[in-house]
Amino acid sequence: MIQIRIHGRGGQGVVTAAELIALAAFNDGLYAQAFPAFGVERSGAPIQAFVRLDKRPIITREQIYQPDILIIQDESLLLDQSVLAGINANTKLIVNSSQTPTEISRLLKKRLSANQIITNPATGIALELLGKNLVNTVILGAFTQATAVITIKSLQSAITAKFKDKGQEIIHKNHAAVLAAYRYVRQPS
Amino acid sequence: MASNKHNQFLEGSRAISLTVANIQPDVISAYPITPQTHIVEDLAKFQADGQASYEYLRAESEFAAASIVLGASAAGGRVYSATSSQGLLLMMEVLYNAAGLRLPLVMTIANRAVGAPINIWNDHSDAMAMRDAGWIMLFAENHQEAVDWHVIAYKLAESLNIPVAINVDGFIITHSHENVIIPDKKTIKKYLPAYQPKLGTYLNSQQAITLGGFFTPEHYWQEKRQADADLKKSVNTITKAYRHWKKLLPSPIALKPRFDNGLVEYCGPSQPKTLIIAMGSMSGTIKEALRDQNQVGLLKIRSFRPFPGRDIARFAQHCQQLVIMEKATSSGAYGPLYSDVMAHVPQFKGVSSNHIVGLGGHDISVKIIHNIIKSSRQAGLRFW
Repeated sequence: MIQIRIHGRGGQGVVTAAELIALAAFNDGLYAQAFPAFGVERSGAPIQAFVRLDKRPIITREQIYQPDILIIQDESLLLDQSVLAGINANTKLIVNSSQTPTEISRLLKKRLSANQIITNPATGIALELLGKNLVNTVILGAFTQATAVITIKSLQSAITAKFKDKGQEIIHKNHAAVLAAYRYVRQPS
Repeated sequence: MASNKHNQFLEGSRAISLTVANIQPDVISAYPITPQTHIVEDLAKFQADGQASYEYLRAESEFAAASIVLGASAAGGRVYSATSSQGLLLMMEVLYNAAGLRLPLVMTIANRAVGAPINIWNDHSDAMAMRDAGWIMLFAENHQEAVDWHVIAYKLAESLNIPVAINVDGFIITHSHENVIIPDKKTIKKYLPAYQPKLGTYLNSQQAITLGGFFTPEHYWQEKRQADADLKKSVNTITKAYRHWKKLLPSPIALKPRFDNGLVEYCGPSQPKTLIIAMGSMSGTIKEALRDQNQVGLLKIRSFRPFPGRDIARFAQHCQQLVIMEKATSSGAYGPLYSDVMAHVPQFKGVSSNHIVGLGGHDISVKIIHNIIKSSRQAGLRFW
């Protein structure tokens, strides 16, 4: 089983990001579970959402205390104590940041080594390709590249399904943004 | 309605609303309350979009919603409502009447804590408030069980003339996404034919009857005795209806239970030293926690009313420790589930303990469950 915990702020689409990963994995034939750390919706408040993926039906419903993968949508949350709770030497951290993994590792006082960290300037990509600072889909491009848990194709299909009421333009922009984030990791500039 | 026999990835509320729409009730009435809202918003939208033909009435309160479906049921309609928490409390007078009038209401309760203090998250305090109202009360562990129970609930309600409440943990089930199979209309119809009560059993001018007559002391207690007997007898109908339905709509399960009759499900060793008894979504996490425990079993209560006392006695009698975990309190006494369990195991010689967990959405972790098991040699009531 793969356990993913996503940290972001209210209004950044944390819950949607969890659902997109799970839906993409479901479309790839896996059992999936996605749920938020249910809170009263408040813009800007720290929010968590959880994803479990497995080849067999998933029965546990506890929150994720020992994540295999951490996705941080908002760099300012890195210094929040609860964000790194339960990490280990195998945990992968994917963070929206224009800093390098070494810099982030230093910021975290080496609680994670640089090779566990993937940084992606998702805010820049979002501003350029979506026209606003909405990184929840963009960072999933980096997640897809770094973990290969889902494919970029299944992520894009999940976006199409999830955003079908938002119209073609938004779907296309998001497809382009996740692809840009996906490629950024592979060919760092 | 978009549905098929294949696996879908859906929010719990959506899974429930699609199933209810495919059951094709005549009248739906509700008043929105968190965390029930997604279910009734969906149902209202299906109707507004012309995908469903039921009447949808948004009531001015839960009391009105319950009264509307009670009236529609008395007029011979198949009805549905859903609520949570304070909403359920506001319905209470009507709920007792529905059971006393023997009307086949079906309702979802998206279980939520009861204020004060105000709290929107999950526990079973609301359900326990209707414990004695005379309804069949079913609890779901996951999305699939929630879906299954809704279809079975109509079969039970309409064949027994007893209202049925399906309890699904608020947020944990209603707002989470997972794999689930939604039965289509055709599959449901095979199991649950269109509802047509017999003339003379509902309000119809062709054959007028009185519903809700005045019962004097000579007769009132007899009516109550009959209701009690009928609810107790319904255990056999539940087992039959459950098994029949699962033949029509089999679904993948992670852990094959050693025993499952629709009323209780047992997972674990054949002779457990310690038996945990619990209801609802925490059962899944408990099963996960027991993967590395070879002397502990879980008896999941699927039907809280009728209470499966005989099944519980059979599993609990010979254990050394009985561990009752529940999401509700009865301040000043033991938890309601604990009290019911202990009333049915007079021969039990071991240590029993009552663990109040998950109140107001407090997460029930595998770690808490392991700590509860470790503490199970000590009797008494504890909060976690």
